[in-house]
Amino acid sequence: MSTVTLTIDGIKVTVPEGTTVLEAARQAGIAIPTLCHDPELSAPGACRLCVVEIQNMRNLPASCVTTAAEGMVVSTCSETVVEARRTILELLLANHPEDCLTCAKSGECALQDYAYQYGVRKAGFAGERHDYPLDESNPFIVRDLNKCILCGKCVRACDEIQGRTVINFAFRGFATKVATPMDLPLGESDCVFCGSCISVCPVGALTPKQMLGTGRVWEMRKVRTICPYCGTGCTIELNVKDGKVVGITSTPEGTVNGRALCVKGRFGYNFIHHPDRLTAPLIKQPDGSFREADWDEAIALVAEKFGAIKTAHGSDALAVMASARCTNEDNFLANKLARAVFGTNNIDHCARL
Amino acid sequence: MTNSVKEIAGADFILAIGTNTTETHPVLSLQIRQAVKKGATLVVADPRRTELAVLAETHIQQRPGSDLALLNAMAHVIIAEDLWNREFVQSRTEGFEEVKAAVANCTPEWAAEITGVPAETIRQVARGYATSPRSTILYTMGITQHICGTDNVLAIANLALLTGQIGRESTGVNPLRGQNNVQGACDMGALPNVYPGYQPVADGAVREKFERAWGVPLSPNPGLTVGEMMDAAHHGSLKGMYIIGENPVLSDPHQQHVREALEHLEFLVVQDIFLTETAQLADVVLPAASFAEKDGTFANTERRVQRVRKAVESPGLALPDWQIFARVANAMGYPFNYSGPEAIMAEIAALTPQYGGITYPRLEGDGLQWPCPSHDHPGTRFLHGEKFTRGLGKFHAVSHIPPAEVPDTEYPLMLSTGRRLMHYHTGTMTRRARGLAEFYPSEHLEVHPEDALRYGIKDGDLVRVTSRRGQIEIQARVTEMVQPGLVFTSFHFWEAAINALTNTARDPKAKIPELKVCAVKLERVG
Amino acid sequence: MRRVLICAGTGCVASGSRKVTARLKEELDRQGLAEQIKVVNTGCHGFCEQGPIVIVEPGDIFYCQVQEKDVPDIVAKTLANGEVVDRLLFKEPGSGQAVTRYHDIHFYAKQQRLVLKNCGHIDPENLDEYLAVEGYEGLKRALTTMTREQVIEEVKLSGLRGRGGAGFPTGVKWEFAYNSPGDKKYVVCNADEGDPGAFMDRSILEGDPHAVIEGMLICGYAIGADEGYIYVRAEYPLATHRLRVAIAQATDRGYLGENILGTGFNFKLKIKEGAGAFVCGEETALLTSIEGNRGMPRVRPPFPAVKGIWEKPTNINNVETFANVPVILRKGGSWYASIGTERSKGTKVFALTGKIINTGLAEVPMGITMREIIFDIGGGIQKGKEFKAVQIGGPSGGCLPKELLDLPVDYDSLTQAGAMMGSGGLVVMDETTCMVDVARFFLNFTQKESCGKCTPCREGTKRMLEILTRITEGKGEMTDIERLERLAKVVKNTALCGLGQTAPNPILTTLRYFRDEYEAHINEASCPARVCKELITYWIHQEKCNGCTRCARSCASSAIAGAAKQPHSIDPAKCSKCGVCIEKCRQGAIVKLTGKERQLVKH
Repeated sequence: MSTVTLTIDGIKVTVPEGTTVLEAARQAGIAIPTLCHDPELSAPGACRLCVVEIQNMRNLPASCVTTAAEGMVVSTCSETVVEARRTILELLLANHPEDCLTCAKSGECALQDYAYQYGVRKAGFAGERHDYPLDESNPFIVRDLNKCILCGKCVRACDEIQGRTVINFAFRGFATKVATPMDLPLGESDCVFCGSCISVCPVGALTPKQMLGTGRVWEMRKVRTICPYCGTGCTIELNVKDGKVVGITSTPEGTVNGRALCVKGRFGYNFIHHPDRLTAPLIKQPDGSFREADWDEAIALVAEKFGAIKTAHGSDALAVMASARCTNEDNFLANKLARAVFGTNNIDHCARL
Repeated sequence: MTNSVKEIAGADFILAIGTNTTETHPVLSLQIRQAVKKGATLVVADPRRTELAVLAETHIQQRPGSDLALLNAMAHVIIAEDLWNREFVQSRTEGFEEVKAAVANCTPEWAAEITGVPAETIRQVARGYATSPRSTILYTMGITQHICGTDNVLAIANLALLTGQIGRESTGVNPLRGQNNVQGACDMGALPNVYPGYQPVADGAVREKFERAWGVPLSPNPGLTVGEMMDAAHHGSLKGMYIIGENPVLSDPHQQHVREALEHLEFLVVQDIFLTETAQLADVVLPAASFAEKDGTFANTERRVQRVRKAVESPGLALPDWQIFARVANAMGYPFNYSGPEAIMAEIAALTPQYGGITYPRLEGDGLQWPCPSHDHPGTRFLHGEKFTRGLGKFHAVSHIPPAEVPDTEYPLMLSTGRRLMHYHTGTMTRRARGLAEFYPSEHLEVHPEDALRYGIKDGDLVRVTSRRGQIEIQARVTEMVQPGLVFTSFHFWEAAINALTNTARDPKAKIPELKVCAVKLERVG
Repeated sequence: MRRVLICAGTGCVASGSRKVTARLKEELDRQGLAEQIKVVNTGCHGFCEQGPIVIVEPGDIFYCQVQEKDVPDIVAKTLANGEVVDRLLFKEPGSGQAVTRYHDIHFYAKQQRLVLKNCGHIDPENLDEYLAVEGYEGLKRALTTMTREQVIEEVKLSGLRGRGGAGFPTGVKWEFAYNSPGDKKYVVCNADEGDPGAFMDRSILEGDPHAVIEGMLICGYAIGADEGYIYVRAEYPLATHRLRVAIAQATDRGYLGENILGTGFNFKLKIKEGAGAFVCGEETALLTSIEGNRGMPRVRPPFPAVKGIWEKPTNINNVETFANVPVILRKGGSWYASIGTERSKGTKVFALTGKIINTGLAEVPMGITMREIIFDIGGGIQKGKEFKAVQIGGPSGGCLPKELLDLPVDYDSLTQAGAMMGSGGLVVMDETTCMVDVARFFLNFTQKESCGKCTPCREGTKRMLEILTRITEGKGEMTDIERLERLAKVVKNTALCGLGQTAPNPILTTLRYFRDEYEAHINEASCPARVCKELITYWIHQEKCNGCTRCARSCASSAIAGAAKQPHSIDPAKCSKCGVCIEKCRQGAIVKLTGKERQLVKH
């Protein structure tokens, strides 16, 4: 593959042909801020925060959609560039609620990070702000369009990851917003609540409803594991705070799924700490009700009863129904228990259902 | 799956038959969408007009239970029009002549009569499948939950063998597994006829290997399948049962039969995370850890073994399943001494050739796809590349048989069952997941407008559905999702336990029950 | 045979030309003249203000503002006896002299009509009329005597540049599309004319649709495309109708479709109606819209020539550009290049609007001065007022002051002056126009029409509009000017598409040429043009007022008090500043005060 060599902030960088200036800069260890860019999605070049100065080019091109060319001389931090970025951030903040104190995204909000980095303390342009009602029409996703910076990632994720286009841009000018057809609440749209939009939103416009108020980003321990539902085997991250799973997020590193999940995978976790969970062995009493027991008693009873049946009727009077929801290790031991301990091949599970 | 999930996006032609992928495997279905976006031809064969069917270039809306006629007719077209892959058939397969003879009379016109699919459509789909550079077939329970389930799968395999659409990237015969570790449960020998790694219990050498490893003599007789267990319990030959993480009272066909069977048992132990409908029948209920509370591995539908990690402690006294098994074994005088799941995996690897190279450190990152026979083996993305597991790929002559129970004057409608996007299996988890339960709180029966008219049913009416085995009451949803004469619902809701109605008739080979077709009647309540 | 040409362009239809046509036919029937006199409904003459326009041929007699009731006279006098109906003749503004012949009218005399030549002179719904004026001869020449490369060379030689905006050389653009590899290519005509006040494309489509089709066909042949789209605004129903008729006729007669003129060249043409978004005039947004998506611009490169509709190489030009192509092919590129200036060849159609006497379409050779257009063709400023500025190039253009009246009108000098050719909208402003208010007006337009995709345009135009509004309300501060300049610069530098990048132009040019007006608004609370309502007070000059009560009677706000024959006065608290009183006053006693003058009222 042929390469091109360009100079970015005085550093010579050689990259494969077709690489964007943004990628080239990142390869050279130069950080360029982006809001609408996402390596997994198409590049609209919309937020314009990644603009750079390139010699002999008119205006300030967006580095995320400008292809690196041989001999290109790029400046990513000239005064003009920084001024432009600050202005763009000011423009965004001028129409963004300054409620980082209570915002669920605080701590992993791109806008917050860049405002900090560029020292944009206050929006320089006082004026009209959006005042959209909160869309809480469904149990999964809260949409706060007042926080939306219209980067369009959710629109692209819905289209390009999910292939659904439940949302798109609507209206024009300052009134532009991301909307469902007919601007219906999400809960009344064709949305299937996969939450891909949440996973790409750089600000607090899209948040998982069930996680609201359960903990700040920096308090969460993320445990990477596999989804307990269908057989696709999506990678999920259990968000743990104070010994409780308070949410599920996806990660771009998901092996099979990338960031995509479905509604069950992303939102179907409340059963873990459900009060109905069994917390002690139960032994049925003559009246048909259960009483709690400790492990020793329960196991002794199980061993005794199964042992007696085996002795009286032979091993094949016993059977094990293993589980497609348990781990390999669990199933292996179930298999060993049936065959080596019970002495029967009467073991099956619900693969046929 | 012979191939990998991400390979689907690279296919040029996809036949998705008997799979409501966007609802049952939502994330996997994204690969199908990607393929379609890139210009692949998608053909969906499903009696229902599913979301995937709407996305398809061709929707084959065959009559329930007529898949085999459709598949055999496709084979007929491929042979008759000389579209089969001579080189592949000659060098890689055996038994072609039998199949050729078996499908000789399976003309598209013949199949059209049985399936209700126009002959020309069958021809076009057969041509598309045979001639596209990379064709893949995806299927799930719509194919297997029939009394001819095994034959359906064999008929699919025949197509792949005929055309050489297997053993290459983005091709293959791809069952999409419905549960997180159904692949792993099978891999681990949770099957009556095989030890871990599909090693037959009837094979002396294999048995000897396990006897040596486990230090006890093992039974040479294949055991009972779930359905057979229920029958055995029902007539009394089976006395004790240990059910782990399953809810057959809701998930298995003919609920009354299952309930009676379990009640007949001398001793029933149920190990679960909730007091399920099945657990309520138990003598002892053992509290297990959920997936979030234990370490281990799952094997997904593409044979990828991935790490499951403990995130939180189990509630109360609940324990990971493996620890409970160890306690039971120890109490029964056979010591299970494992320091943890990683140690169990070491034994798995030692006894299971496909898992031979799998260790926990190697599973960090993206896991490994079996077969992974040795520590330096990178895993296997698609099967049957060089040769088939058994050497030559074997054709199987199979022929169409009608469902065990077909509509008649008394029970004039067909009932089919399946899943919904928002729920999973018998609902024990999803119905306790706040958002899902709130968004999809109750179930309905899909009824075609023509049938609704015939039986005087309006959308939202409460209806009684009755089969020879039982009846339920459920709200009707009048929709063209189903074809006339077919009603459909899920088995997620105990309030509308559809398996009270379903048929226990089983496929003679795989013993899978025919959950996809039974005869019912419908009437408005009140 | 005598012909009566009745304009059936949108403007004349609105002023009643259909009724005139019907009445004329009726009258001719009655008089038994129907056989000898042909009535032709034509496209627009570009002098819409004077409509309905009727021309009698031969003789070139030009009647304007013809109504139904005038028809009997035209028939009895002109058609039957060859007499002129004086009262229907055009009277030159200023001199008041009546002009009989069409070509003698100043408005037309200075024009050089290449593109508009047929408009108003042929029946646009009759292919034969187009063929009779050498229609499809250019295509014939291209297809039968030239290679594709030669066609591109001819267009390059002509020096034709895009008539829709930035003025990119058309031949070079075609060459890009020609060089782009691809088995499928498209030709797209941008007929999404959206600049306020511009209607030249509509007039061409209504008056000479085949010329556009012919231009597209030639382009299709040159670049190797076999399919084309005309993206026309749905607000142009007549243009769309005529295009449909023209496409049907051309297809019928073998100018469109398979094996065109027996040469083996195939080309089919479709119409796509736009939904009224200004941004869809931007070429990439237009292509996106044709694909069925929301019209939002996409990043260039890749240019449409490489990846256009459905990622296929696409050449897109606007209506006027395509309409220039047939004549270039007929008469040759070098002939065309002899018109205009060194770098801007041929003619350009301008839409004259605003405070100008002759509003309408004027096609002039490139290089003509603004003064000639406004004063010679346009007849100067209405009501004897003073010329102040001309906004050229639509919302993306700029306001040029009187100092630049002798600026030759071509792509480069306009750009240099901070404006742009754009589509050729020319809004003339007089002394009663406030330049801050003008900037606010255009920013209001660009903000409302911003597609919302990129931050600088969506948010930047909003804040610039807010600042301008503040200044026009007298709430501005000097730092606002600084803020405006900073924002304008950033938006210009960073916006995604041409519309965003040029949106600050009205601000930048007014700041450049009329900065004192901004300062007056801010520092003196004064609107020198007396437009900004918050900064003016209506006041009755006590000595001039004769107490006629006309003003008081017409005041909807009951803000004017005073006894008959006594000087009246206005209550500023009640006055809504609608201006009706000024119009009613015959004494010139009512004036608008601004700045310090307003103190008069308080004391």
